[in-house]
Amino acid sequence: MAKTVNIKVNHVTRVEGHGNIRLRASDGKVEHVEWQVPEAPRFFEAMVRERSFEDIQTIVSRICGICSVTHSMAAIKGIEDAMGIKASEQTDKLRILCHYGEQIESHILHVGYLVAPDLLGQKSVIPLVKSHPEVVKTIIRLHRLGNTWMEIIGGRMTHPVTLKPGGFTVLPTEEKLRVLKSMIEDAIPDLKTLAEVVLSLADKLPDFDRDTEYIALTGPDYYTFYHGDIASTDTDEKVPIHEFERVANEYVVPQSTAKWCKWHRDSYAVGALARFNLNAERLLPMAAETAKKFGLKKGACNPYLNNVAQIVECVQVAEHGLQLIDELLTNGLKPEPVKVEPRAGEGVGCVEAPRGILFHRYAFDEKGLCTKANICIPTGQNHGNIQKDFEALAPQIIDRDQDEIRLLLEMLVRSYDPCISCSTHYLNVEFV
Amino acid sequence: MSKLKVAFFDFACCEGCQLQVYNLEEEILDLLEIVEPVEWREAMSDQSDDYDVAIIEGSITRVEDEEHLKAIRKNAKTLIALGACATIGGINKIKNNFEMQDVRKYVYGKDANMPHLDTYPTKAVNEVVKTDYMVHGCPINIKEFSYIVRSLAIGKEPKIPNYPVCVECKMKENVCRFEYGEICLGPIIRAGCDAKCPSNGMWCFGCRGLVDDPNVNAAKDVMAEYGKTLDDLLGKMLLFGNKQEY
Repeated sequence: MAKTVNIKVNHVTRVEGHGNIRLRASDGKVEHVEWQVPEAPRFFEAMVRERSFEDIQTIVSRICGICSVTHSMAAIKGIEDAMGIKASEQTDKLRILCHYGEQIESHILHVGYLVAPDLLGQKSVIPLVKSHPEVVKTIIRLHRLGNTWMEIIGGRMTHPVTLKPGGFTVLPTEEKLRVLKSMIEDAIPDLKTLAEVVLSLADKLPDFDRDTEYIALTGPDYYTFYHGDIASTDTDEKVPIHEFERVANEYVVPQSTAKWCKWHRDSYAVGALARFNLNAERLLPMAAETAKKFGLKKGACNPYLNNVAQIVECVQVAEHGLQLIDELLTNGLKPEPVKVEPRAGEGVGCVEAPRGILFHRYAFDEKGLCTKANICIPTGQNHGNIQKDFEALAPQIIDRDQDEIRLLLEMLVRSYDPCISCSTHYLNVEFV
Repeated sequence: MSKLKVAFFDFACCEGCQLQVYNLEEEILDLLEIVEPVEWREAMSDQSDDYDVAIIEGSITRVEDEEHLKAIRKNAKTLIALGACATIGGINKIKNNFEMQDVRKYVYGKDANMPHLDTYPTKAVNEVVKTDYMVHGCPINIKEFSYIVRSLAIGKEPKIPNYPVCVECKMKENVCRFEYGEICLGPIIRAGCDAKCPSNGMWCFGCRGLVDDPNVNAAKDVMAEYGKTLDDLLGKMLLFGNKQEY
């Protein structure tokens, strides 16, 4: 069917930040398809200059309300690296645990509030309150679990207070850790229910494969979000996080206030599916079983399956979170006050945000004042890949109804769980 | 009673304050009984220019955003600034310590002059349009947000604390941060946060902005007691409320 399509979506909805979609086709041929990021740039890298190392995580946590724990931790790791501090095993475990709360909260927000309406043919979660009340209540319970989890360790749901270079301002009590443990145990049936609901709707996820380079942290002994080296599905090389610029290769494009990235190809993808593709064999039993139920296997390259990988990761962090709490309680929590003496130096911190690998690099002078910062955001790393997906997907679906084309493109953007505020911050779709 | 029509809009920010609305969890279901969201890009695909209340998150940093905000103001009967970026310019105001060309160049290098990367010194919402209510904080206190929205829905005037964070901190029986040799902004910053930071071992960063009429003499006394000056205190207002009037 030869036809003309003009799609112009300004500010794609149900994503964090502002992005636009532009599609123009005539005689059934795509002439132009573009992913644009007009988010207002915020200049964090310039703003942290001259600030004390003690204030950096407080500032950069504000890059993103949804991954504020991740940004705080990446900054803290970078600062510790620069100041020559090694976090204790207890600190590492508590940080990873705090971060797991954010993974659950963010993944549930994304799958439950932002993506589920697409799978159920609605424009938002609000109609689902009446049509699917039990599903909505399950989502709310899991969302609250993530928030309470972060609050118990980090002191607050968004923009954590207790995380700092060297350790924690205050530790959670063992009693609170026991409460958290029983909350996670109680949530396992809800996680299973959510997985079943999404599984029953999995046929609504578009069937679209595009061979893609995936990049994530990888480590030898567990499904990591925190330790390890940078890995790609295109190569066996493991790159130390200190060399992240060699992987990211950031560049500026006219349609985006966020920088784009590429490594071995024109673009690469980060996020839950990337982590799964690089680390699936290290999933714990319940998470591995969840992946199996969905038929999700290493090598998956349908970007819409990122949503499934997020469900698998929710189970993974619940399972590993329980193990970490047991280990912490067995050893007993010990106060470990660390006085950080500033010194001149440079350091890198890397943490897997819910939406992909995040890099922070800082340099400090001898007083501990920041002299240089470079922050490389997961959504920025995905923007180029979204464009490449658009270019491959649009010709395949161009004969469909304009509203359906628009929805599939929007769903594609959503599947990446973009956090455009992070990458600058804004999303519009325009079919011109 | 017809439901209050509410629209959310966001500018330069982390969207963490909108996120707090999700964090109301089950209480959202109750709020939806009295409030009808008609536009909320982060949560809904619906859009509308027909709303009673506009809730504005974020700071204004570009000419086009200023125009957009003015158009929203014309449509809205009531305009609420949501979170520190909107109420006092928040973290974004740190940028105002530098020349704009310098920050553009630092982040975007040789591409700094591309027109889409334009920026001007950060403004809070009330520096651009009349603002009827403020939900303070970074992030906001969700209980306070819910209270303000419920008050407006039933035509009641919400009461926002106008006393310093120290009041809430004392009620929590925290050891004063000054006792640890730190400088804490608690004596001059508006309460309403449940003293979250000092209760978790951190000094107050001042994210809720100054109380309307800070008791400067009392603050001087507190500072003197710990061998510090009022300038030391004001010098700590680096992260939030940069360049606030005091």
